[in-house]
Amino acid sequence: MPETKESSSPAETEREAWEEQTLKPALERHPERKKSFQTVSLKEVERLYTPADTADLDFAQDISFPGQFPYTRGIHPTGYRGKLWTMRQFAGFSTPEETNARFKYLMEQGQTGLSVAYDLPTLMGYDADSPLSEGEVGKCGVAVSSLADMEVLFDGIPLEQVTVSQTINAPASVLLAMYLVVAEKQGARWDKISGTLQNDILKEYIAQKEWIYPIKPAMKLVVDTFGFCTDHVPRYNPISVSGYHIREAGATAAQELAFTLRDGIEYVAWGVEAGLDVDRFVPRMSFFFNAHNDFFEEIAKYRAARRIWAREMKNRFGSNYERTLAMRFHTQTAGVSLTVQQPLNNIVRVAIQALAGVLGGTQSLHTDAYDEALALPTDRAALIALRTQQIIAEETGVANTIDPLGGSYYLEALTETMEQEALEYFRKIDAMGGMVAAIEKGFPQREIQDSAYHYQKAVERGEQVIVGVNKYAMTDEPSEVPILVIDESVRTHQVERLEQTRASRDAGAVANALDKLRMAAKKNENTMTATIEAVRVYATLGEICAALRDVYGIYEEPAF
Amino acid sequence: MSTRKIRVLVAKPGLDGHDRGAKVIARALRDAGMEVIYTGLRQTPEMIAAAALQEDVDAVGVSILSGAHNTLCPRIVQLLREKGMDNVLVLVGGIVPQEDLPRLKDQGVAEVFLPGTSTEDIVKFLQDNVKPRD
Repeated sequence: MPETKESSSPAETEREAWEEQTLKPALERHPERKKSFQTVSLKEVERLYTPADTADLDFAQDISFPGQFPYTRGIHPTGYRGKLWTMRQFAGFSTPEETNARFKYLMEQGQTGLSVAYDLPTLMGYDADSPLSEGEVGKCGVAVSSLADMEVLFDGIPLEQVTVSQTINAPASVLLAMYLVVAEKQGARWDKISGTLQNDILKEYIAQKEWIYPIKPAMKLVVDTFGFCTDHVPRYNPISVSGYHIREAGATAAQELAFTLRDGIEYVAWGVEAGLDVDRFVPRMSFFFNAHNDFFEEIAKYRAARRIWAREMKNRFGSNYERTLAMRFHTQTAGVSLTVQQPLNNIVRVAIQALAGVLGGTQSLHTDAYDEALALPTDRAALIALRTQQIIAEETGVANTIDPLGGSYYLEALTETMEQEALEYFRKIDAMGGMVAAIEKGFPQREIQDSAYHYQKAVERGEQVIVGVNKYAMTDEPSEVPILVIDESVRTHQVERLEQTRASRDAGAVANALDKLRMAAKKNENTMTATIEAVRVYATLGEICAALRDVYGIYEEPAF
Repeated sequence: MSTRKIRVLVAKPGLDGHDRGAKVIARALRDAGMEVIYTGLRQTPEMIAAAALQEDVDAVGVSILSGAHNTLCPRIVQLLREKGMDNVLVLVGGIVPQEDLPRLKDQGVAEVFLPGTSTEDIVKFLQDNVKPRD
């Protein structure tokens, strides 16, 4: 909070008069609904915000104009008047054939970008026929074990024209390699294709916990993709530094902001250490945030994120290049906020969260489907989610002017508070020796666990209301919604293709390619070329990750 | 000697890494005076049953969100019974469709707690259903 103002300032005198003459009698007649008002992050909210709360802000330095440093009001000089955000619905389930059909359906309905969800075996680097994959194939996303699956996944989807986002982390370099080889087979040029690889391994150790290798070699693989893409796939975003999962794991908005941006700084530092030029690779780094229920807190978070990033890139890394300083990000509505109870209520939650993302200036948006607390979305639920974005874009008028909430005393004060909270975390993490060291100490993990527990307790005390769950619950709920069921035949289908692939490929070429990959990893060379060669001869995801595990070992989570 | 504290193994089977629920439950059970052992991530049913035996627990709380519950939960129950842990309660928490509930219960799962459950309800269920031991 700003320092207490001198009581003689005119604004302060007027406020005191208002409190005495107008507010006090009103409070005496009707006390407020509760003693304390808090955001969903359990932060205190004042009764009223006035010019005094923004008096310390300098318009030119802190708020400024869209498309100008520090980008608080957005990165495009025309906001959404030039181009709307990309409507990018995350989809993936069952077999590559099924997901391919869903992609085509979504594109027919006006979706403007694709986003692939992989199943857990793929996320963990196991093939569909691994014993560890039992019960999991095609359940949380699409199953991909080799280039043969990837060819089916993008069949009939021209990769030079469509941008594709891939949610994959620990084995990200392998899935990138598969994507590049599929593009090449379609005749698409690598310097023409665009898209995004999530490839954010730090948040896996912090929150989502789908890791394979120890942190340092895993960071090396990420930096390999930076170097490779900068040279060969210049329009591709090799990373999406993600706060989404950090928030879903229980972080507050300020923790999501702080840990995500500090992760971003860590990647830049590692890239620089590897000899990359900041202004060549950072412009292709993108970010990914959550959109939770607390409307203003979320909008403040996005505005603060841009401002902090611009300042950090300038101050820590000495950049003055606009594309390095301007943070681009994707937003997804908060899966964790969706309820099993009265699931149609989720449509409303998603709409409000999506609106926050838009008012915060997101570059792309995924709106969750109302049935996602139950299972992966049905076609109908996925369609309503997309329509929600289209209604916000085309009916509400919020895209008509840039940063329409800029200048709100509350929002500007909250943006500033968010920035200060994030910087305080930066100081702590810097003092620990950076984010990798902080994660090894379990610091962000513990902070998030504490927040998750406090939130749960606040819900159980009824201080945080969840409509339909701890208030307005119904014993006889209206009819259930249909859900998508993925059965075990998916695994059989995937294992069959895997067996055909293994039988028809050149086994000698595979063994040779895997040896070369091990060698590249041992010699600390960039592994991307060897990974692409292995993928090209149909080495499987499981085989490639096993080869890298031979060299790097595996991550063991410390107890805390 | 005072009554033995309820001992619970909180287990995370399958490949899924989302452990928010498991950790919140573990802490809530501890705060309610129970002894809680958390297995960590990616435990096979065999590892979970072995840990339950070694730790001599009264109940196993299985946290699962990936959709693999029909494969993994019955196997955990079966392995516990094979090892002679007939009275060990198996509780499941996570994303489980309504229509899977009867089958899981037929296969020996004592209770399934769906999203939105209060931690106090889980504490109470354990206090009411764990059989007292000497």
